Amino acid sequence: MDAVKILVTAKRVEDPESKIKVKPDGSGIVQEGLKYKMNPFDEIGVEEGLRLVAKHTGEVVVVSIGGKEVQEQLRQALAMGAQRAVWVNHTGPLDQLGIAGLLQKVVEKEKPDIVVLGKQSIDDDQNQVGQYLAEFLGWSQATFASKVESLESEQEKNKVPALAVSADGKSVRVVREVDNGLATLECALPAVVTTDLRLNLPRYTSLPGIMKAKSKPIEELTPQKLGVDVTPKIQVLKMSSPPPRKAGIKVADVAALVDKLHNEAKVV
Amino acid sequence: MPTILIVAEQQPDGNLRKATLNAISAGRTLAEKAGGELHLVLLSKDPSKVTEELKGLGAKAVHTAAAPEFEHYLAEVFAPVIAGLAQELKADYVGQASTAMGKDLMPRVAARLKAAMATDVMGFNGSGADVTFTRPMWAGNVFAEVKLTTPVKVFSVRATEFPAAQGGQAAAEVKTFSPKLEPSKTKFVDFKEVKSARPELTEARVVVSGGRGTKGDFKEIEALADELGAAVGASRAVCDAGWVPNDLQVGQTGKVVAPQLYIAAGISGAIQHLAGMKSSKTIVAINKDPEAPIFQVADYGLVADLFKVLPELRQALQKLK
Repeated sequence: MDAVKILVTAKRVEDPESKIKVKPDGSGIVQEGLKYKMNPFDEIGVEEGLRLVAKHTGEVVVVSIGGKEVQEQLRQALAMGAQRAVWVNHTGPLDQLGIAGLLQKVVEKEKPDIVVLGKQSIDDDQNQVGQYLAEFLGWSQATFASKVESLESEQEKNKVPALAVSADGKSVRVVREVDNGLATLECALPAVVTTDLRLNLPRYTSLPGIMKAKSKPIEELTPQKLGVDVTPKIQVLKMSSPPPRKAGIKVADVAALVDKLHNEAKVV
Repeated sequence: MPTILIVAEQQPDGNLRKATLNAISAGRTLAEKAGGELHLVLLSKDPSKVTEELKGLGAKAVHTAAAPEFEHYLAEVFAPVIAGLAQELKADYVGQASTAMGKDLMPRVAARLKAAMATDVMGFNGSGADVTFTRPMWAGNVFAEVKLTTPVKVFSVRATEFPAAQGGQAAAEVKTFSPKLEPSKTKFVDFKEVKSARPELTEARVVVSGGRGTKGDFKEIEALADELGAAVGASRAVCDAGWVPNDLQVGQTGKVVAPQLYIAAGISGAIQHLAGMKSSKTIVAINKDPEAPIFQVADYGLVADLFKVLPELRQALQKLK
């Protein structure tokens, strides 16, 4: 088949290993000491895009929305091997409707064959944008893309793409992780795919990759230029810490454990 | 009067997915707070059996549509039909359980209705037109109170936070409708089910989970689960390794469980795993590493080798009987 064009997203999020604390007034989270990185599901999306292009030839374009700092995530995707980047410069609040609206305009401009997004970002945990985008575009959707092999398989070591584009280039076959098993869909292209964790193991960036990324182009856009009203329709009124669990105890042996479960917790 | 529409989900085996009962109970809570009435909808190849069950669950009406195209769920087939019914009913709220289907379908329905959406809703606050939603963020490390400002509001329900709706209520009116179906750009190819004789993970009273510490040997985990009539769960690491099927994964990116008893064996307790089981009533941790974060949420911790301790635990439980 001919070359494929893949658009991938790279959201900047708090490092999943960071300790997230709510500000005392509930207006947000404490920013000090936080590290940031690319959303892990997006990293998987970038990797899958690169594998598809390695197999079929073509181009991976990465997009991120946010202030100047998101260029760090765009550079990471470029260092992994993406050809160029689109930066939607926006610093105000943004919800999933706004994000999907902006991505729709970028897609209409770029005309990719497949848009690959993470299934959810690990900050908002909404799991919505890919589905909104597919509906806005009137495209086929396959969420929670996974694969049959494990992440320790030969296919994975050889970086074989899990998404299978048909020989005629008209459709893509996607294995989805659903309740009680795996479902397979055949999506007409162009299509929107969202990644689950078991789609692939993303590559690390190499030093030559990082050097090369510095000269790759980043196009700057804004919501105004794209003509999208991003006024949030989802307002977070207040944040709080989940109620803490009562401190537990350590027991000495199995007999003590069974005694506690039977006589104290009364669960066995 | 506000109208709340809850989407019912049929499993591939034809039965109602249990999480639908929790979503209906959430819908009833919302109907009380908002001062509205509850409607249910089911799209199915054969709705008859599930409709009977849905009738007695306290809704005003159960809307059903039957078509061969509904045999295998596809977002592009279901979303226009659900959105169309929501418009016809002038629904103010549309919701479904946060199952794989709910998470796939609800945002697409919301997009069609130009609605904002809240995922994994754990509770409702306020009353009348000012109802807000509580939902988790950052892997459950933050609870957020969220207001949706669009005329129609869409949500998915974290099933473990609501009791299952009980039957025996006044019979709802059953209304059948025949939607015009749009051609789908997506085709269903196949479904490979992971069959198990054990209870379903998200519904089990007891869950026994294994992590890296099992080194891929789940025999003792399974034996203990069978002794307790429990479901088997797993950490992300063991699913990634392909040691157990993906659908056993408990965590932010897997399933959220809240059983009476959760036994974590050989699981360190990464943030992402805790997000999926922290609401369990009693948590037991068995781990060789006394510094493992899992001990911070465990009610009872045992610092020991799981291969030595699990058989002992199984025998001790047998003696209890």
